[in-house]
Amino acid sequence: MAALRHPAAPGMSDLAASSPIPERRARSQAWWNAVNAWLLLLPAAVLLITFTHYPILATIRHSLFITKRNGTEVFVGLDSYQAMAADPIFWKALVNNFWFALGTIPASIVLALVMAIWVNRNMRGRGFLRLAYFTPTVLPMIAVANIWLFFYTPDYGLLDQLRGLFGLAGWNWLGEPSTVMGCLIVMVIWKEAGFFMIFYLAALQQLSPDLDEAASIEGASRWYTFRRITFPLLMPTTLFVAINAVINSFKLVDHLVIMTKGGPNNASTLLLYYIYEVAFTFQDSSYAATLTVVLLVLLSAVALIKFGYLDRRIHYQ
Amino acid sequence: MSAITLSHVSKCWGAMRAVDDVSLTADEGSLLVLLGPSGCGKSTTLRLIAGLEEADAGTIAIGGVDVTHLTPAQRKISMVFQSYALFPHLSVAENIVFGLRVRRVSRAERDERLRRVADIVGLSHLLERKPSQLSGGQRQRVALGRAIIAEARVCLMDEPLSNLDAKLRHEMRTEIRALQQRLGMTMVYVTHDQTEAMTMADRVVLMRDGRIEQNGSPEELYNRPATAFTARFIGTPPMNLVRQGDRLIGIRPEHIRVAPGGDHVVRVKAVEHLGADSIVLCEIDGQPISVRLDGFSKVQPGEDIRIAWDADHEHRFDSTTEVRLENIVNEGRLAASDR
Repeated sequence: MAALRHPAAPGMSDLAASSPIPERRARSQAWWNAVNAWLLLLPAAVLLITFTHYPILATIRHSLFITKRNGTEVFVGLDSYQAMAADPIFWKALVNNFWFALGTIPASIVLALVMAIWVNRNMRGRGFLRLAYFTPTVLPMIAVANIWLFFYTPDYGLLDQLRGLFGLAGWNWLGEPSTVMGCLIVMVIWKEAGFFMIFYLAALQQLSPDLDEAASIEGASRWYTFRRITFPLLMPTTLFVAINAVINSFKLVDHLVIMTKGGPNNASTLLLYYIYEVAFTFQDSSYAATLTVVLLVLLSAVALIKFGYLDRRIHYQ
Repeated sequence: MSAITLSHVSKCWGAMRAVDDVSLTADEGSLLVLLGPSGCGKSTTLRLIAGLEEADAGTIAIGGVDVTHLTPAQRKISMVFQSYALFPHLSVAENIVFGLRVRRVSRAERDERLRRVADIVGLSHLLERKPSQLSGGQRQRVALGRAIIAEARVCLMDEPLSNLDAKLRHEMRTEIRALQQRLGMTMVYVTHDQTEAMTMADRVVLMRDGRIEQNGSPEELYNRPATAFTARFIGTPPMNLVRQGDRLIGIRPEHIRVAPGGDHVVRVKAVEHLGADSIVLCEIDGQPISVRLDGFSKVQPGEDIRIAWDADHEHRFDSTTEVRLENIVNEGRLAASDR
């Protein structure tokens, strides 16, 4: 047809006949590339969807239903959320979690940084010191909780024995609402600081010693060099560590199970521990799902702040 | 007046004597090059002058003041590092004025000096960039700018050009030399590249294994090497050293000529054509000897040629101590005349 309509162009028929073949080949090649790409993505995608995306969606859906005793699900809309807003223990857990985060995050980060700078220098027994700082991270959490349980035991615990030396009476550290949160915070700082120190130490060793020397030749004091050179260059690490600290502060369950069970009078109940109790002790899975959605929203907000705002303001090498 | 004086300075790392009893003087407004192969102690010597290392023995004076135990900042020097040591999170402008900020120089003066220095090093249009957005040569200029804005009398440079490509290195070494002379700075410049030393220096200090091998003007090092080591280190290609009995006879490649009636027969091994001249690599009694010939040499490898040189171009060294022999003769004569 094309050749008939363009008799003046004898080559056209050849062109028209031959051009669709490479085109089809190119298209099939692109199709194969796409199939290959998806196949390569498949293992990761399956894992992500099965263990992350589907559970999130299922949780959100679950929070909008309640399960009857006979196993049927009834749609209740936002009823569970209304119940949650009226639940004083939920608010108590949230406020506790806020204070817990405020108590542990800045303190453990500052401590980690100070320790990292301390062991980054050339000195005797440096390897031993580094190991000592890292020990709390290596120990199993159950063992950690038991060690600290002994420290805090009234009368014959380590703390009260020390108080006894000064003639002070015993104190039920974990049994008093006024001290239980402080005790947990101290323990978690002890546990986290060593872990975060490793990240700071790695980052410090990436920094060229030339920078310190250049600053010292310009007459910068150690503090000035830290403030204007070292600390800004450690910001990517600080951000990473801070995000981890926030997540950890919402993740604490095991120590609470062993040491306080959220008591006394919910003074040490944190959000995830409350979810655990609601789900497995009270067997109220739809309310647990509702609480989980709150936790998800909180952590997503943290992630958004990191990716949307902080990443743009930090110098990455 | 001498700007920098080192007397009997030593520095040890465990059993290794990195700097071993070094004494030297840099005159005010001059450029002194510390030259030597890697590991010879030249960088350590520079770091001792800067105060980044503390000397184990000896004294260091800058501008007539003993600075042996002062901090780097108290020595009032500036320094350019091999890595440039730019602060990666600060802009070019902030990098350059870093020292002025530390010393709390007023904003107006800071801006004024920054403008002047940026002009000198040709960075005026790049002040807002971060170091990672600059080329190697531009980073080098930032480091240079940071060193000269302090207006210190003494500027120390630790292999500043070793990270640049050959063309840029050539450009920068002319520029650094011009800048040093224009600002009248006293400069101590560390390099392992003898071309840099020869082209830039007022005085070259050649080091080897922590000791000073020879200290003199580039011309002295080239024309009267004190040891066979100096002879081998200076010049491209270096001086030929031919063993004759208990002596080493040194002869520069450009002092050898191909002559039909020459005294020595050599076999050509290879020819390197450089354009303006050719280096003919030959063998004499099993020892290598290179000959520099003008233009595009037609000599073929495998050929036997006759070469000759004038006796007054010969340098003689003791083959065991490698020390220049006429020095010994002269010293012997001086010692004899003293008696």
